[in-house]
Amino acid sequence: MIQVENLVKRFGDLTAVDNISFTVERGEIFAFLGPNGAGKTTTIKMLTTLLQPTSGSLELDGLDPTVNRDEVRKRFGVVFQDPSLDQDLTAWENMEIHGVLYGVPRKERHERATTLLQLFELWERRDALVKTFSGGMRRRLEIARGLLHTPKVLFLDEPTLGLDPQSRNQMWTHVKSLNETDNVTVFLTTHYMEEADRVASRIAVIDHGRVIAIGSSRELKEQTGTESLEDAFLALTGTTIRDESASAADSMRQIARMWRK
Amino acid sequence: MKVIYILWLREVKKYLRSRTQIFASLGSPIMYLGVLGFGLGPIFRKAGEGSYLQFMAPGVIGMTVLFTSMFSGIALLWDRQFGFLKETLVAPVPRIFIMMGRTLGSATVSIIQGLLIFVMCFVAGFRPVSFSVVPLAILFMAMIAINFAALGTVIGSSLKDMQGFQLVMNFLVMPIFFLSGALYPLSNLPKALALLTRIDPLTYGVDGVRTVLTGVTHFGIAADAAVLVGVAILLLSAGAWRFSKIEI
Repeated sequence: MIQVENLVKRFGDLTAVDNISFTVERGEIFAFLGPNGAGKTTTIKMLTTLLQPTSGSLELDGLDPTVNRDEVRKRFGVVFQDPSLDQDLTAWENMEIHGVLYGVPRKERHERATTLLQLFELWERRDALVKTFSGGMRRRLEIARGLLHTPKVLFLDEPTLGLDPQSRNQMWTHVKSLNETDNVTVFLTTHYMEEADRVASRIAVIDHGRVIAIGSSRELKEQTGTESLEDAFLALTGTTIRDESASAADSMRQIARMWRK
Repeated sequence: MKVIYILWLREVKKYLRSRTQIFASLGSPIMYLGVLGFGLGPIFRKAGEGSYLQFMAPGVIGMTVLFTSMFSGIALLWDRQFGFLKETLVAPVPRIFIMMGRTLGSATVSIIQGLLIFVMCFVAGFRPVSFSVVPLAILFMAMIAINFAALGTVIGSSLKDMQGFQLVMNFLVMPIFFLSGALYPLSNLPKALALLTRIDPLTYGVDGVRTVLTGVTHFGIAADAAVLVGVAILLLSAGAWRFSKIEI
């Protein structure tokens, strides 16, 4: 379903993704694990047509995201790591825009939006502006929105960041059922090892822009001689903490917060 | 079509919800109208040019449309920083539709703002030749709005964050306004200034609105409309091109 070969992305001197290759099979749940700044998000951005790779080849459902952009966009859904909701619109309106952008017919759009908002317990607040939502609610809405259309491939970039265990459980149950009933291929990144352990059929560990190990959870544990996936992860990537420099978006958000009482 | 409509609706809804912003954005045109309109009025009359308010009201309407459309074009930057842009950029629709929805939304909002100022001008004592010309005036406002919403898109797609914004404001938006003949007649200007006013698209927009509303013209409405449409095609193409190249 997804094929990545010798993919490289450089930003000036920084090599964010350094010659990685991997394949994701149709109907698979594939997890990308890695410390902050490992290149997970950059890879997703390239697969989802938001960034052009420096070199290497990409393929999604047999199409090249750098060439057949619109065709590729029809095939995937994505929940981004950073917020991408319109805060000045209501939850329902955000769902509605998404449905229209993805060409979901009106009746189906409304039914699915209703189900999803109920599932993620946002139904009561559907007509409230998103800027009045808590962080967890926004995250839930973002996920509900990402599930509104049924894509062939679903990208989830740290979808559960800041979610309580209940919502996380809801989300993964839903994602698993999408995967099983509609054969949706799922490509996810997360920092929660037990999530990857629970849902992913295969896991790639990425660090400093390179894939350093790939295989099922069991294979990774065997390879490193560890008991848990977390230990395997630490054995592979070391214990140093990585810092990400604040991006322009972060500083903007800070300014905006300052101006909004 | 539905995509264009829903993105248009988004812009309009957001505008109607931001009451404080509506009032705030009416502040500076009202100041121009009140302070300059009445302050320079006596001198203008002495110079034998008639009522200054009558002269500058179309200019202030043009200014309102310019500011509003330009800002909502640049609001692209805001959407980029707060993420919503990403949502539209990964959607399986040609980016040109996304840009058109946004541009038409900005234009609509600008026209509403322009009409509010028209009402203010009327309250202040401005009188159009007749009310039947208002639709034609709206058409000219729409042309101004589309031009500058497109220019705003070009800028919004090219800047990475709000740091360049002040630069754009001081070296682009303000000169476009001051060189447009919104505040002074275009006849008998020094050569250099006359030349600059002629390459400013807003000049033709203001002249168009002024011709329609007051019957006083400099270029004639056919020439005004031709220039505005021509420049709009250029700016829209540039906007579409820049917008299609956005990377996040």
